[in-house]
Amino acid sequence: MTVTVLQFGGSNCDRDAVRALEHLGIDAERRWHADGLPAETDGIVIPGGFSYGDYLRAGAMAARAPVMEEVRAAAADGTPVLGVCNGAQIGAESGLVAGAFTTNESARFQCEPVHLRVERADTPWTAAYDEGDVIEVPIAHGEGRFEIDAAASEALEADDRILFRYCDADGAVTDAANPNGSTGNVAGILGERETTAVLMPHPERATLPDVAASTDGEGILRAFA
Amino acid sequence: MSLSDADAELVREELGRDPTPAEAALFENLWSEHCAYRSSRPLLGAFESEGDAVVIGPGDDAAVLALPTPAAAETPAGERDDDDYGDVYVTFGVESHNHPSYVDPFDGAATGVGGIVRDTMSMGAYPIALLDSLYFGSFDRDHAKYLFEGVVEGISHYGNCIGVPTVGGSVAFHEGYEGNPLVNVACVGLTNEERLVTATAREPGNALVLVGNATGRDGLGGASFASEDLAEDAETEDRPAVQVGDPYAEKLLIECNEALLDEDLVVSARDLGAAGLGGASSELVAKGGLGAEIELDRVHQREPNMSPLEILLAESQERMCYEVAPEDVDRVRELADRFDLGCSVIGEVTEGTYTCTFEGETVVDVDAEYLADGAPMNDLDAAPPETPARDLPEADLETAFEAVVGAPSTASKRWVYRQYDHEVGTRTALTPGDDAAIMAIDEAAAVDAPDDDTATGATDDATGATDDATGATDDATGATDDTTGATDDAIGVGLALSAGANPNWTEAAPYDGARAVALENATNLAAKGAVPLAAVDCLNGGNPEKPDVYGGFTAIVDGLAEMCADLETPVVGGNVSLYNDSVEGPIPPTPTLALLGTKRGYDAPPAALDAAVADESELLLVGSGGDALGGSEYLARTDGTDRFPALPDSDPADLIDTLARVARHESTVAAHDVSDGGLAVALAELVTDAAGADVELPDRIAAFEETPGRLVVQTTDPEAVAELAGDVPTYSLGAVTADGRLRLTVGDERVATTAAEIRERRDVLEREIA
Repeated sequence: MTVTVLQFGGSNCDRDAVRALEHLGIDAERRWHADGLPAETDGIVIPGGFSYGDYLRAGAMAARAPVMEEVRAAAADGTPVLGVCNGAQIGAESGLVAGAFTTNESARFQCEPVHLRVERADTPWTAAYDEGDVIEVPIAHGEGRFEIDAAASEALEADDRILFRYCDADGAVTDAANPNGSTGNVAGILGERETTAVLMPHPERATLPDVAASTDGEGILRAFA
Repeated sequence: MSLSDADAELVREELGRDPTPAEAALFENLWSEHCAYRSSRPLLGAFESEGDAVVIGPGDDAAVLALPTPAAAETPAGERDDDDYGDVYVTFGVESHNHPSYVDPFDGAATGVGGIVRDTMSMGAYPIALLDSLYFGSFDRDHAKYLFEGVVEGISHYGNCIGVPTVGGSVAFHEGYEGNPLVNVACVGLTNEERLVTATAREPGNALVLVGNATGRDGLGGASFASEDLAEDAETEDRPAVQVGDPYAEKLLIECNEALLDEDLVVSARDLGAAGLGGASSELVAKGGLGAEIELDRVHQREPNMSPLEILLAESQERMCYEVAPEDVDRVRELADRFDLGCSVIGEVTEGTYTCTFEGETVVDVDAEYLADGAPMNDLDAAPPETPARDLPEADLETAFEAVVGAPSTASKRWVYRQYDHEVGTRTALTPGDDAAIMAIDEAAAVDAPDDDTATGATDDATGATDDATGATDDATGATDDTTGATDDAIGVGLALSAGANPNWTEAAPYDGARAVALENATNLAAKGAVPLAAVDCLNGGNPEKPDVYGGFTAIVDGLAEMCADLETPVVGGNVSLYNDSVEGPIPPTPTLALLGTKRGYDAPPAALDAAVADESELLLVGSGGDALGGSEYLARTDGTDRFPALPDSDPADLIDTLARVARHESTVAAHDVSDGGLAVALAELVTDAAGADVELPDRIAAFEETPGRLVVQTTDPEAVAELAGDVPTYSLGAVTADGRLRLTVGDERVATTAAEIRERRDVLEREIA
């Protein structure tokens, strides 16, 4: 039982993901993208970072790397796939999820804690929470503004595929609590299957109790347990 | 700039002939002030650089320090034994990128980060933290704001992209930096006894391998450009001397470096910085007392028709020079290829001279040690600085309070650090905005329990986690990568970091101001319960050929050296940046100190009051003031002058130990050091929406003096803290309240405000720039 943490050139949260998963007792190993997926994997993390230096568009080049074909196939088969931050951007660019993540409304990089409201508690990623729970997890991105066309957005809402929305400490989804201008305050969404999810906030940075201000993120990673 | 007549004559004598153009250019750059420290080296002997923790001191790419075991991490360095240190090492280095950041703030600052990170890598370390100390002209001038914005963005872009958290530093605004902003960047890396590499070539016959970016014509003559005053037209004229960074290539280089270390393929290493390939390769072999034969045609190049001189001196970024055993060369090439990096075997280490050939012709043939160390030192005149007289202004308390709390230098730096990824690496236990950052070093964890006799006591086997200090192990050797298992019951070493200098202090009093800078950084660590381990410094000055500038510079060197010695803190490395001078005049002498300390575990009292225990607690000031306002933000805002405060009489190492004990005391609920803006600002920073303070002070000096070596603590047991403080005086400041208001009475005047109003006032950077 091992989770594969993909490493593209420019990935920089791969070690952190391994550390957080292992803290939870989940075996994880880093895997250089060019080596492809291992023959057997129990889950896939596409970690944060700046794959290919964010050149062209964040996530655009990694989304076209050969290993992503394998990831899409694994996702279609129901292998749990989690994209975090740059991994979310890669996930959107490669069609694992709908929409796109683009430049923050502030046009600046933002590293800070945010509150998220749990929109669904009946997925592997949110089984540890109740619907409506407010969790604190940090963000660290310059291109995290979720954008999606109106029709696709309606479909997303209708299919109940929104996992987390940015909110204030009391759970109110407001403009003031939206750190980057994301449509509908969306912070994380599901793919075609509920075993595929991407989110901009970093659950691996909210897992290690000795270091993190909040350990609210560990529930998300427990999907791999 | 070209080689001076005197230097040219020396070189001719040494060589017995005229230097070739390539040799002349090498000597010009390597003998420049920037590389050879010709005006500062005679002064640098003042620094004490040895100690039990010091594995490698000054002179390499970065210093290397052994971390104390968790059990000894809070013992002052002077009281530790040799065996209190384990085999987990940290590297520490600092670099300035001042001139480039003026010409091109974004790229200048970004490449400054790149350079110090490669200095870390070349010691066999993985970079785990960056600290930036930045200095700009008056915040109300648009040009200063433009530089500030560009520099912060450059650091943010580069540091974030390579995945190294920027966890601390300082930002100061002072009109003296109008024509010369300063960008001083420090980096901490993590390694261990086995992975350690140095920049000393070892074995004739070994290959010299260049890995990384292709070499282009960028950054030509950067070292000599950094060694003269900035001309009025520097922004347009000197742009070719500024390099452009590619953080993506740097990140690949970090990963490749880790892979090379994992397989033990590196004999020695030096990154390419000032003076490019010529500098790195000649210094590498010179340190080993060896020579080299380099074929410049073999260097992978980005542009056609480059001359040998250009190949030698270009400062193209993201390149490393490795000494590799001949049988390992193919594997190094494979790994470079795996990470999409260029790789060329450019020559080999020899026992002879340092020679370079190009198209079969010898273009350089000099003694490597002469090139690296032969530059004559300057003997310059120094005029002693003057002491300002007391001329205190008459401003009403409320106006002064608001001006000082909202001054750009004392204001919140959230606008800055929000743009830095300060959490990547999942080690940042205490994030920016507090007195010091604390990085979690699980690799140094041990099951120690100093007060618990029933514990197993054996700390030896707990270091099992250190096999993989950098967490870099690839899946192939993943078996040893079980840090969590080993550390869940163990306590790690918290690495506390602080960096900065206050130009108002060193302008008012270069010598005492520099002493205060060192004490202030140590107080930052102590406020979070840590004691200092080692320091690196970045000494910035104006044109040293001006006696008053050199006098001020000499004074900051002596002051910094003396206080660090008094703190029993070796200064293990540094950087000197002179000629920060322009038509706007010289900068204030600026002794940036980056200080690294340790504590057991990662917990620290917050710099925020706790309303929950307001009724059972009291606010104390621990440490004595210096009864003067010289160098204070208060005087900067109200246009007065005064002598610089007297620093505490007590032994600085004991004082810091005492303050750290107070911060760690079980009754301490909150702790914050007193520095920029004095007690007024310290208190303003401590209040929260829930918790306030009601404080009475005798006079303006007490409210605004900036004497370091003092903490404000909220404690539930003031008697115990006073007893613990011993000879260090404690004063009752007043009560903690549960209403989020700050009431400050100074003599017969009074200010009352709220946390929200303070926040609004301290938000000046964000408000003015966003």
